[in-house]
Amino acid sequence: MDASTAIAAPQTGQPARRNLHRFANPGRFLRIAARMQPFLTIPAILLTAIGIGWGLFFSPADYQQGDAVRIMYIHVPMAWLATSGYAGLALASLLSLVWRHPLADMAAAEIGPVGATVTALCLATGSLWGKPMWGTWWVWDARLTSVLVLFFLYCGHIMLIRAFDDQERGYRAGAILALIGVVNLPIIHFSVQWWNTLHQGNSIGLTGSNTMSSRMLWPLFLSALGCTFGFSAIVVGRLRAGVMERRLRALLLAQAERAP
Amino acid sequence: MTRKMRRLAIVLACGAGLGSASALTLNAFSDNIVFFMSPGDIARKEPPTGRTIRLGGLVQAGTLHTARLDGQPTAAFKVTDGKTAIEVTYVGILPDLFREGQGVVALGTLEPDHTFHAQEVLAKHDETYMPKDVADALKRSGHWNPAKGAAPPASTWNSMTTASAK
Repeated sequence: MDASTAIAAPQTGQPARRNLHRFANPGRFLRIAARMQPFLTIPAILLTAIGIGWGLFFSPADYQQGDAVRIMYIHVPMAWLATSGYAGLALASLLSLVWRHPLADMAAAEIGPVGATVTALCLATGSLWGKPMWGTWWVWDARLTSVLVLFFLYCGHIMLIRAFDDQERGYRAGAILALIGVVNLPIIHFSVQWWNTLHQGNSIGLTGSNTMSSRMLWPLFLSALGCTFGFSAIVVGRLRAGVMERRLRALLLAQAERAP
Repeated sequence: MTRKMRRLAIVLACGAGLGSASALTLNAFSDNIVFFMSPGDIARKEPPTGRTIRLGGLVQAGTLHTARLDGQPTAAFKVTDGKTAIEVTYVGILPDLFREGQGVVALGTLEPDHTFHAQEVLAKHDETYMPKDVADALKRSGHWNPAKGAAPPASTWNSMTTASAK
């Protein structure tokens, strides 16, 4: 009995047919991920510490916002991860729905809670930033509302994927919800261009001119890069734990069946 | 067609349908999704007096008058979108970022005499992030007046330091 059968058997009840569709070998994933983990965790800690330390203590204050601008070095990476994490969730859902990739199912289940956390942090830091600058904790403008919808999508996905006794059905339902929610991603990104909002427009773009000083852009870039490594490190760690948990459960189940 | 390709086709078809449905819906509701109306919008399609609306624009340079009335700070200023301007009156404390040339969003009602009576004034800052010393240098050299318009792109002042500005 190889590792993948041991994991798949208790869930599907049709191990022979499922094996034909199997691409990933969870055993190989565990080996690769264990080797990869330090290369994600160490840069995550170093880059985030440098980026946020630089941003909070050594970058210049803004000409109009003063020191309040430093919330940006946490808010913007969280916003970036909230949306790109959702893109990752949608990609995993597509792989799970179309290619029935077993690791993609589990990845979708593990990205959800991490994504919801960074989205909550994005909303919280944004609120803390809004009060001193705009004069309000919250407004129902298109940018803020669409990010709140993203948070609800994450929460719905977390609950839906765990709501079924048959885990496969949960994965299927979660994947469909995640793919429907992709509509929200361009709305979040372009909300500040399509409609007038209280939230300011994008300062950094691949096309067009930047309107942020490079003395602020560098610490922001390092902080965002570090947080991205951190997000990946947490997701990979959770995924390893999830695979091992399944393997353990399958072994215990096999042991219980053998016992008289 | 394999089952995988069929599933992919179904997902893509659903995505296209959902995407265009959302695009049409958002387009149809775009008047309601905007957070505020500009003075030009109000001039074009005047809202009924007494209806609470949000007015957004820039505080026109040289129009801000503040006073105290019965111990309450009051402010009168004009909000402009570059073409049309509307007179705004407000009783209360203005946000810290409020200044001439600054973006603001005011919640209130349009009075019969075409002035806007605000109950709440929020500051809207733009997407320019600039160190104080650079901003001071640009202002001193006359390259930029914050009361008159948006800052030049960062590439034109990125290399500027405190030393070079002096």
